Amino acid sequence: MPEGKPEYRAGRVADDAAHGPLAHDSAAKHVTGRARYTDDVALPEGTLHAYLGTAEVARGRIRAMDLSAVRAAPGVVGVLTAADIPGRNDISPTGRGDDPVFPEAEVEYHGQPVFAVVAATRDAARRAAGLARIDHEVLPHACDVDAARRAGYPLVTEPLTLARGDAAAALAQAPHRIAGRMTIGGQDHMYLEGQVAVALPGEDGDMFVHSSTQHPSEVQHMVAGVLGLPASAVTVQVRRMGGGFGGKETQMTLFCAVAALAARRWGRPVKIRPDRDQDMIATGKRHDFVADYDVGFDDDGRITGVDGTFAARCGFSADLSGPVTDRALFHADNAYFYPAVRLESRPQKTNTVSNTAFRGFGGPQGLVVAERMIEEIAYVLGRDPLDVRKANYYGDADDGRDVTPYHQTVEDNILPRLTEELERGAGYGARRKAILDHNARGGVIRRGIALTPVKFGISFTATWYNQAGALVHVYSDGSIQLNHGGTEMGQGLHVKVAQVVADAFGVGIARVKITATATDKVPNTSATAASSGSDLNGMAALDAAEQIKTRLRAFAAETWQVAPEDVRFTRAGVAVGDRIVEFDTLVRRAYKARVHLSAAGFYKTPEIHWDRASGKGRPFYYFAYGVACSEVEVDTLTGEYRVARADILHDAGRSLNPAVDRGQVEGGFVQGMGWLTSEELWWDDEGRLRTHAPSTYKIPLASDMPREFNVTLADWSENREPTIRRSKAVGEPPFMLAVSVLEAISMAVASVADYSECPRLDVPATPERVLMAVERMQRRKEAPA
Amino acid sequence: MHAREEIRFVLNETDVAAGELRATDTLLDFLRLRRGLTGTKEGCAEGDCGACTVLVGELRDGSLRYAPVTACIRLLASLDGCHVVTVEHLSAPDGPLHPVQQAMVDHHGSQCGFCTPGIVMALAALWMETPAPTDRQVETALQGNLCRCTGYAPILRAARAAGDHGTPQDDPLVRGRAAMATRLAALRDGARVTAGPPEAPAIVPADADDLARVLEDHPRATLVAGGTDVGLWVTKELREIAPAVFVGGLDDLRRIETDADGITLGAGVSYADALGPLAGVFPHLDAYLHRIGGAQIRAMGTVGGNIANGSPIGDMPPALIALGATLTLRQGDSRRTMPLESFFIDYGTQDRRPGEFVEAIHVPCPAPAQRDAACKISKRRDEDISALAAGISVTMGGDDMIGAARLAFGGMAATPRRAPRAEAALTGRPLTPATAHAAAAALAGDFAPITDWRATAHYRMRAAQNLLHRFVLEQNGETARLAHA
Repeated sequence: MPEGKPEYRAGRVADDAAHGPLAHDSAAKHVTGRARYTDDVALPEGTLHAYLGTAEVARGRIRAMDLSAVRAAPGVVGVLTAADIPGRNDISPTGRGDDPVFPEAEVEYHGQPVFAVVAATRDAARRAAGLARIDHEVLPHACDVDAARRAGYPLVTEPLTLARGDAAAALAQAPHRIAGRMTIGGQDHMYLEGQVAVALPGEDGDMFVHSSTQHPSEVQHMVAGVLGLPASAVTVQVRRMGGGFGGKETQMTLFCAVAALAARRWGRPVKIRPDRDQDMIATGKRHDFVADYDVGFDDDGRITGVDGTFAARCGFSADLSGPVTDRALFHADNAYFYPAVRLESRPQKTNTVSNTAFRGFGGPQGLVVAERMIEEIAYVLGRDPLDVRKANYYGDADDGRDVTPYHQTVEDNILPRLTEELERGAGYGARRKAILDHNARGGVIRRGIALTPVKFGISFTATWYNQAGALVHVYSDGSIQLNHGGTEMGQGLHVKVAQVVADAFGVGIARVKITATATDKVPNTSATAASSGSDLNGMAALDAAEQIKTRLRAFAAETWQVAPEDVRFTRAGVAVGDRIVEFDTLVRRAYKARVHLSAAGFYKTPEIHWDRASGKGRPFYYFAYGVACSEVEVDTLTGEYRVARADILHDAGRSLNPAVDRGQVEGGFVQGMGWLTSEELWWDDEGRLRTHAPSTYKIPLASDMPREFNVTLADWSENREPTIRRSKAVGEPPFMLAVSVLEAISMAVASVADYSECPRLDVPATPERVLMAVERMQRRKEAPA
Repeated sequence: MHAREEIRFVLNETDVAAGELRATDTLLDFLRLRRGLTGTKEGCAEGDCGACTVLVGELRDGSLRYAPVTACIRLLASLDGCHVVTVEHLSAPDGPLHPVQQAMVDHHGSQCGFCTPGIVMALAALWMETPAPTDRQVETALQGNLCRCTGYAPILRAARAAGDHGTPQDDPLVRGRAAMATRLAALRDGARVTAGPPEAPAIVPADADDLARVLEDHPRATLVAGGTDVGLWVTKELREIAPAVFVGGLDDLRRIETDADGITLGAGVSYADALGPLAGVFPHLDAYLHRIGGAQIRAMGTVGGNIANGSPIGDMPPALIALGATLTLRQGDSRRTMPLESFFIDYGTQDRRPGEFVEAIHVPCPAPAQRDAACKISKRRDEDISALAAGISVTMGGDDMIGAARLAFGGMAATPRRAPRAEAALTGRPLTPATAHAAAAALAGDFAPITDWRATAHYRMRAAQNLLHRFVLEQNGETARLAHA
């Protein structure tokens, strides 16, 4: 694995200014074990521990729950059931009333929590939880979308249709037309730190909750709801998470609610931490999809019409399935112009855990279908899939090929340049030719290469979520405390926002103290999700800093008798006219002059609007882009493969921190590879998830990384919108660059039948699926023409 | 014979004497709940994610060797006489960071940071012995550590650069090795340790002879060697294991003898210790053994334990059965030896009597015309449980025909088993694709595998058949597998 090229221009900026490649603010704490996570919070004397008891049927009516053995077990203090909830027994993030803490009558998936046991130790609670005897009237269950549809199950939320032009007519008139189906697996978040919460009861019935959450405000509202309290009585805090990836946007509320209910009931602090099996069984995952597509195209490979239906396994409740399936449709075009299109979502109810947010939020599942259609076209026409991609890229106002299926105009498309640069830089053409030659010689080991693009829409499609707050204090000694509504899950949000604030004041980053995210500091926050963290919170923090600077500027101008615009905050100190005043000095004098040195900042994303009913609007403020070129080797005897090389050119706009952003690109790519290759969720006939721990659910290891891995940020890119320092969101888009790996495997498989047919490799492309595809290709080759 | 009632070890700088323990107590819970050492994280409690990796130092032949260990499934009673090093002890609170730590900071090797202490410890273990590792060595050292954030690229950059931040001689742990060895030697008093409640004891015998005596008193005791399976009974199934006898530290079960007859491995030899000697005689086992678990599991898990547990998906039995290995069991002072394949009777049933224990495994030297292969198929190449595993050994006759064939498979039946029909199809035939074809067809009569989350029955059979094709292709000089497969 040779070193990737340095992706930022050394010396362009001071190391600790905005745009500098600073280390993660907690790096030294991470490596020494001194970074505290929720599981590490020192517990007060007398803390109790809760554990969930779960149902053993995929669907059933609860006839009786005999918890006497649970209650009698050593160390047990008591149990909680639906009857013990003083407030609302619902933690649905969209308020639908379909997501109980504990079900009252009917169990809707195998492993659904039905009660909690509270004991003196976690071990005692965990042992006792297994002693329940629950009598169910077993009902027929349906775990996948086809079975659920056959059984007449409803959708969990309203479906979406996006349409532009007459897709049916375009398909009917198309010179070529292919219809197919793609199944796309889900994905467990497999955050290394599982769900965990500690609830501390306070006076007046108040509740303080430590939670590993991406969405403290959600926890606050849900805990308040189940306790029957106003939100003002609940405070939620998180310093950092050991990974989130979407799995802690809504899924932590169950654990927080149970801890808070128990803390209220027994008046003592209560901690809850499921084991890994329960965590994986009882929390939602990336939605798996079954997509049916029908694509028409001309002799040049240009798409003329697309019809697609995207059915998603949503689980027993809606959770975030509405916006997730919406986003799948928003990305079913990926980078390609569909002259006529009709896309429909089917958010299908099933008897499985309720699926939820996961990096990309449905986008990857939509995008991978677009890439499958490109592949189909390429194999029909005998073309290099990259040529087909380029032929279908969005154009501009001149050629009229610039409108998405949701009627937003693509104004910032930089994919042609990115593609051209990567194609050249990675030597795509020559390598593809060498691979074709290699495969033509036959043999067991086949190779494949693919270059695929990503275009990803940035903004929450729930428009009101696109707001953020921040709180900045400058203390009289010149030190600065920063707080904002975003949460840190490893993505480097806190250091990026601190860089913005340090840069605004012209001070070193060490002066800016990063603090835990807490609902009593910044209220009404949005989830740290949708890649929006630094876009929203960076701007809010900058707003707060600028308010304080305006006051300091006015004070300095008055004190030293200069115009306010002649007061500038520089790296050398505060320039007041011709003199330089130390920041500390200015602050101390300002304090004594009774200048307000604290500010609450706010930001809302401009320009965006979305009308779901008509399927029209501008849901996204801008798009982030990237391209990846992957090369693989496939063993056609076993279906095993390895990624020989991956080259990535990614657009982070004018990166706030190239080191952090590079980490997001590398990490996102490998996580995407896992989704597309080795990570398989497997339910048995009884509806039990059997892959519920790292022993059975296989995320990538170091040795799965591409042998050669070159990651570059497009350092010429600047966001054309006035985002925080012209950067772009980077959390989710790189995840989908891994589609290049899937397509490269597909090419190696297709070589078995001389590329005469698209292998239709479904996801995840485990060695087994790859071997089955190889066998299909072999049968095709052997079949008489 | 001395007797003691406390497990004694050194934790970082502190002497620990644990008498009030249960056989099921894990090192991780001890560190986090009883010592407040929260730098070591629980990610999975099944030895798979590596977030709880610590170093365990042990005296072996007089010198102190450190190995990475997953604290979540390392039972406390197995630590008698050891030095446990946690991330908190890697660098002094006010001193410079350990070179691995500094490199991880400089190369942005942490994001959420939760896997990081474990990764730092795994890399520190590598660095102590191999300060300038190759990429392959780094990847191997990290086979037992999951990171969900970084994609590993910056961690590999850090591992390569650790040497820029110091030499192992600057490492307090390395510098203090001799003194710690002396300290540990003082703990080794040759005593049998019986700790915990009398009705549910954790017993560490003094030596193998003492083990034989302990088992006469407790014939149904749980034998814990590396604990990489028993640990999961405890953490995942909440099973009681007492009385439990901890044999992982018994030197006379960790002997490896190589002579003209072959290799004899004591039942307590870890995968890590077996690797060099086995691969020295059977080069095909090098890559195969490197696909068993990660560094932590290979340091703890034993060849004997892998056999004694009788799992249908244990990786060692197929490879060893194909090589004609025999097993020696001991009860008191009497011993019996059997072909390894005879040990496995049925799912969950082995030919081991109450009070009996596996003492040694003997692998005969290969015949000059013997050709061997071992293959493992899993969803993920490294640190995964086999969908199927195969050991293949054929001995060519003088007429360029296959004189004898031994095929053994795991994951294809309720026990690791030979494939008599496929063996017969090979015997007396030339080593050609047509022969492989015939053997593959015959294999369908040998096994009726099941479908589960690791693979369908169809895939298991087809891949097993194709491994026979692979074997023949490779014997004929063709490339028929990926590098390191």
